[in-house]
Amino acid sequence: MGRIVLNRDKCKACYLCVDACPNKVLEVDKSVNALGYYPIKVNPDKTCIGCAMCARVCPDIAIEKVYR
Amino acid sequence: MEQLVYKKPDSIRDDFKITFCPGCDHGVAVKLVAEVLDELGVRENTIGIASVGCSVFSYDFFNVDIVEAPHGRSLAVATGVKRSKPDKVVFTYQGDGDLASIGIGETIHAMTRGEKVTAICINNTTYGMTGGQAGPTTLIGQVTTTTTKGRKVEISGYPLKVSEILKEIDGTAFVARVTLDSPQAIMNAKKCIKKAFEAQLKGLGTGFVEILATCPTNWKMTPQEAHARVRGEMSEIFKPGIYKDKVSEAK
Amino acid sequence: MKKEKELLKGNYAIAQAAIQAGCQSYFGYPITPQSEIGEYLSEKMPENGRVFVAAESEVAAINMLLGAGSTGVKAMTSSSSCAVALMQEGLSFIAGDEIPCVLVSVMRGGPGLGYIYPSQGDYYQATKGGGNGDYKIVTFAPSSVQECVDLTYKCFYVSQKYRTPVCLLADGMLGQMMEPAVVGEYPYEEIDQSSWALDGAKDREPRYIASIEREQETLRKRVVKIFEKYNQILENENLFEKYEIDGAKLVITAFGSIARIAKAAVKMARKKGLKVGLFRPIMLNPFPEKIVAEIAQKVDGILDIELNCGQMLQDIKASIAGVASIPVEFFGRPAGMMMTVEEIYEQIEIAYKKIVEKKYGTACI
Repeated sequence: MGRIVLNRDKCKACYLCVDACPNKVLEVDKSVNALGYYPIKVNPDKTCIGCAMCARVCPDIAIEKVYR
Repeated sequence: MEQLVYKKPDSIRDDFKITFCPGCDHGVAVKLVAEVLDELGVRENTIGIASVGCSVFSYDFFNVDIVEAPHGRSLAVATGVKRSKPDKVVFTYQGDGDLASIGIGETIHAMTRGEKVTAICINNTTYGMTGGQAGPTTLIGQVTTTTTKGRKVEISGYPLKVSEILKEIDGTAFVARVTLDSPQAIMNAKKCIKKAFEAQLKGLGTGFVEILATCPTNWKMTPQEAHARVRGEMSEIFKPGIYKDKVSEAK
Repeated sequence: MKKEKELLKGNYAIAQAAIQAGCQSYFGYPITPQSEIGEYLSEKMPENGRVFVAAESEVAAINMLLGAGSTGVKAMTSSSSCAVALMQEGLSFIAGDEIPCVLVSVMRGGPGLGYIYPSQGDYYQATKGGGNGDYKIVTFAPSSVQECVDLTYKCFYVSQKYRTPVCLLADGMLGQMMEPAVVGEYPYEEIDQSSWALDGAKDREPRYIASIEREQETLRKRVVKIFEKYNQILENENLFEKYEIDGAKLVITAFGSIARIAKAAVKMARKKGLKVGLFRPIMLNPFPEKIVAEIAQKVDGILDIELNCGQMLQDIKASIAGVASIPVEFFGRPAGMMMTVEEIYEQIEIAYKKIVEKKYGTACI
């Protein structure tokens, strides 16, 4: 089991993390963030393994921490 | 027990603003430099040189002392800093227009002198900040705002292969060209950036990493399509790899 | 420690003074008539554990200076005319960034390559600059080898005290001529730069030195602050020479090397009974407008003498505009030809007569 700490207001909706996540845990949120983008969100039904791939590919440091 | 496996590097400010467009590889490159500064434990002893272009707002995110250089002059400014304060870790963060076009003279001569600094060059084949004009690394056939029918050799010549040139310079100790188009590529890029800093720390010469990076906005592509372009036509012309590695030889 | 007078060439005097002043880093590219400065420092700087870098161009040299200055060390470059032209962009950045450093500009004839003879054709270049934006380069102009020493010290001091680039504006004559001078101890206090200089963000917030500023109001305030600093510099650091001004009908204005020759001509005129004085601004930028205006109110006319086609002339005219309605005559010679004492005396006589008879005009011979 893993867990990410997401700052949704930093996300600029490039969705590189969505592609990078091996378990497809991340998906597009339906409400906009402070920047006006549709940020990513964690799908609670999927299991995060804490691989931090999402954080590594995130150009905006919106995924601030990853725990495993 | 839950373990922290990734966190924002300390060399990125807590109140950071990433000033780049959505999906731009600059953000990842900046983060890698910051991670390397953290890992080498040199954040508090580092002076960075911000260049003109998308990287000019380096002080918005880098948590280190920063001095801004006029366009193209980053490696001259770095020379002045490093020679005056040889115990400091000095790096430049430049675009290809800055390092390879207007600043190619400063680039070649700083490296010829073997300045003990690290130069990071973001090669995205265009002038990003000014709206996507053709630059020194624009590929043949590439459509930009100043090559609207594609870059033609007879008009603007060929793309400049910076790593291939800089590896031939005696003063460089580490030269590599990397991409950021996958988690694996990112990890490899980080290793190279680290070596480029080790080249300076070990006093071997200049460390240089050319990062093939995306410019989704000006390429008019999604970040995903832009990465496909890096893997495809960009990597065909600008072959990724380690071109020179005196750091490993010195180990 | 040298305290004895010795026969010194201007360029060596400047170089020795730089060492004495504690210049830590020198960057330069050769150009006549100032190359001896770099030659001397290429040997002496390393000997003293300091930095000499032969830059690949003046563009690189000025930006090395920017980098060195940003760490708070005393740093200097030297160059001449067509090569100082290459430094203008860097100087604009350095001024905007408030980086202390010293530029030695040893003028030669121009435009373009011109030639290596002494000239004052770069008064505009030094005081008005070719860089963009609102800024000034504080400028001091020596007229003797001893002043090359003393003003080099002053340049380092003012640059460090006010965090501003300062120019020592000499010319080919001063650079190349020899006369007795003393390179004494650096007479100024050391100014602590640690509150702003870059040395790594240890136990403090990171610092940044940048000319770019997105907030209009912040940028406006920054520029206004820099200009307030220029006022302080004018008030606190102004240097000039007044000679026989009291009771003079005609005052000669001249700076740098030609001011010496003009002074000899003024002496000659005085001997012949002409009421002539000399005003030599040593700090050329910010320009001592008030002092010129005060003088103008007491005399009947001014004769400005320069080794150019009339550059400081414009500052003289601007200084007295609306204050005194007196004629400002001009005698200038561009492109690297000197004037003799006799030639200047002749012009003094002509100007004197004109002022008395109120027949005006200018000469450029």
